[in-house]
Amino acid sequence: MGRYLIGRLGQSIIVLFLVSLIGFMILNLAPGGPLSQFALTPGMSQADIQRIAAQMGLDRPLIIQYFDWLGRLLVGDWGDSFRDGRPVLEIIIEHLWATLLLMGTSMAVSIVIGIGVGIAGAVRRYSVFDYLATVGAMVALSIPTFWFGLVAIYLFALQLDWLPAGSMTTIGDGSVVDYLRHLILPTLVLSLVNVAIWSRYMRASTLEVLDQDFVRTARAKGLSRYRVLVHHIVRNALLPMITLAGLQLPTILGGALVAETVFTWPGMGRLFLDSIGYSDYPVVMGILMLSAIFVLLGNLLADLLVAITDPRVRLA
Amino acid sequence: MTLSHPPALAVRDLCVTFQRNGCETRVIHDIDFEIAAGETLALVGESGSGKSVTSMALMRLLGRQSRAAVTGQVALHAATEREPIDLLQIDDARMRQLRGRRIAMIFQEPLTALNPVHRVGDQIAEVVRFHSGSPRRQARAQALALLEQVGIPEPSSRLDSYPHELSGGMRQRVVIAMALAMEPDVLIADEPTTALDVTVQAQILTLLKTLQRDTGMAMLFITHDFGVVSEVADRVAVMYAGRIVEEGDVEAVLARPLMPYTAGLLASVPRLERAGLPGERLATIAGRVPDPASLPAGCSFQPRCTFAVPGTCDSAVPALASLKAGRRVRCTRAHELIPAEELSPCPQTS
Repeated sequence: MGRYLIGRLGQSIIVLFLVSLIGFMILNLAPGGPLSQFALTPGMSQADIQRIAAQMGLDRPLIIQYFDWLGRLLVGDWGDSFRDGRPVLEIIIEHLWATLLLMGTSMAVSIVIGIGVGIAGAVRRYSVFDYLATVGAMVALSIPTFWFGLVAIYLFALQLDWLPAGSMTTIGDGSVVDYLRHLILPTLVLSLVNVAIWSRYMRASTLEVLDQDFVRTARAKGLSRYRVLVHHIVRNALLPMITLAGLQLPTILGGALVAETVFTWPGMGRLFLDSIGYSDYPVVMGILMLSAIFVLLGNLLADLLVAITDPRVRLA
Repeated sequence: MTLSHPPALAVRDLCVTFQRNGCETRVIHDIDFEIAAGETLALVGESGSGKSVTSMALMRLLGRQSRAAVTGQVALHAATEREPIDLLQIDDARMRQLRGRRIAMIFQEPLTALNPVHRVGDQIAEVVRFHSGSPRRQARAQALALLEQVGIPEPSSRLDSYPHELSGGMRQRVVIAMALAMEPDVLIADEPTTALDVTVQAQILTLLKTLQRDTGMAMLFITHDFGVVSEVADRVAVMYAGRIVEEGDVEAVLARPLMPYTAGLLASVPRLERAGLPGERLATIAGRVPDPASLPAGCSFQPRCTFAVPGTCDSAVPALASLKAGRRVRCTRAHELIPAEELSPCPQTS
């Protein structure tokens, strides 16, 4: 176990290194760059721009810039934002919790509902419910999130005036109820797609288990329908879902990009978009590295969980 | 058999009809047989003859998804009950009480028959806890005793094993322990040794016979292997295309099959003493099992039968005629063929 973890850690370090190198190079190869915004500023001479570049360290060769950035990162210094000079980590953490609140809520809602719908659809296969769930999932998956978002805003915020159209809180009102009211619409929109995904996977997984011999054995033992379903069918059908959850973990960071934009939610997705727009490379790199860490962490957690819950799987 | 000792299991006119794409196909036709307590009836036939469907119908395990309609009578006479219970008449809740307790089943594939994520001890204890409501600790102790009873070495350490950590024979012993946990009156064994090595096969058969002697349960043993039949069974019923075509005491049927199909099956069993000249071929039955949706007219076996007479065998389904000593045969020409020595396609080379 310890050996396995050390091996995984070694792999992760290599992956992180490659991600950082490739990310950094591609970012700097893109046209424009942090200095381009000064080029159009009236009264700014070429000498001025070069002085700024020297101040920011952007006049050095790219490879030197990279290793300088990497060296600082290794000692915990994620650099400062080009935009407002604040530490990158501080900015990210500020936006991270907004995203975690939104994505965490929507994930929890979608997993619970999606798994329930999936099981019900598999057990009552080809029933009216199953057909409705299938069609509903297809519709939810094929219509883009921003459209759902706009419709939701139009309906619930503009026409009915039940819920706020965007942002995370009303200025001056910091109550929990206010937060929750702002949370409902983006959660709803994000969950639509995720419920569809989870229900489809869970349905397929449950159907596969339903046909297994051990389910027949469980019935032959005279167990109640509930016990056969929960103890024998669902317990096995959930195993592949762990891997899916592991793969979805990083989308907690990046997946809300569209929804955050539509609902002006101050989360990571919007920070990422804005930072790219401003050529704020330190922040972009910071988010990139954090996403990579989440991907690796999600996979590792999923593998560990599978090993714990499935006795046939051994970590090696 | 007197009235005071009714058979442990009496099946009458059992029919199973599947609904496929809107049309109905009858796959089991008027099966009837009886098994007394302590007796073993072997149900023999080729793949597709309806053996497994029959066993699943008896357990009422044909799922709702398969849209199977089961009719007839399945009278289970439990030692604890005064009157026989018709398993096809009771509701699901009552059936679940009997399943695993009074009528139990073991399966062909011991690996897939066990839940891979639960420890074998827990899977055995589950039966005990569910049916007798014993507390966890007591059920575990009983699981341990059962493992010991089915001959698993070091049973206390095996309680916490997962199915994949056991060999095929061990797994089948666990499945048997599960089925026998509540000492059922009837055990249905659906090809329990088919997936096992020959040596392990013999051990499992011996175990089943020993357990039967100890508990006095009736056993319905489903197999396609006449070698196994002669080892375990008292009586044998041969199935073809969803019908019983011959039934009788094992020695009698094996020594002198009356139905040409049984004779053909027996002739296709490889035997050392019959090993003739090099290059001599093993006897086979020409043709294949008919599709239940389009059975041939008259006797289902008639198109493959070397004794078939046009106009006689293809006119009506022959009745299952009762002969002496509980022997039954379904063949229009049985009365002509019975005394004839040429009935056996492979004459003895004595």
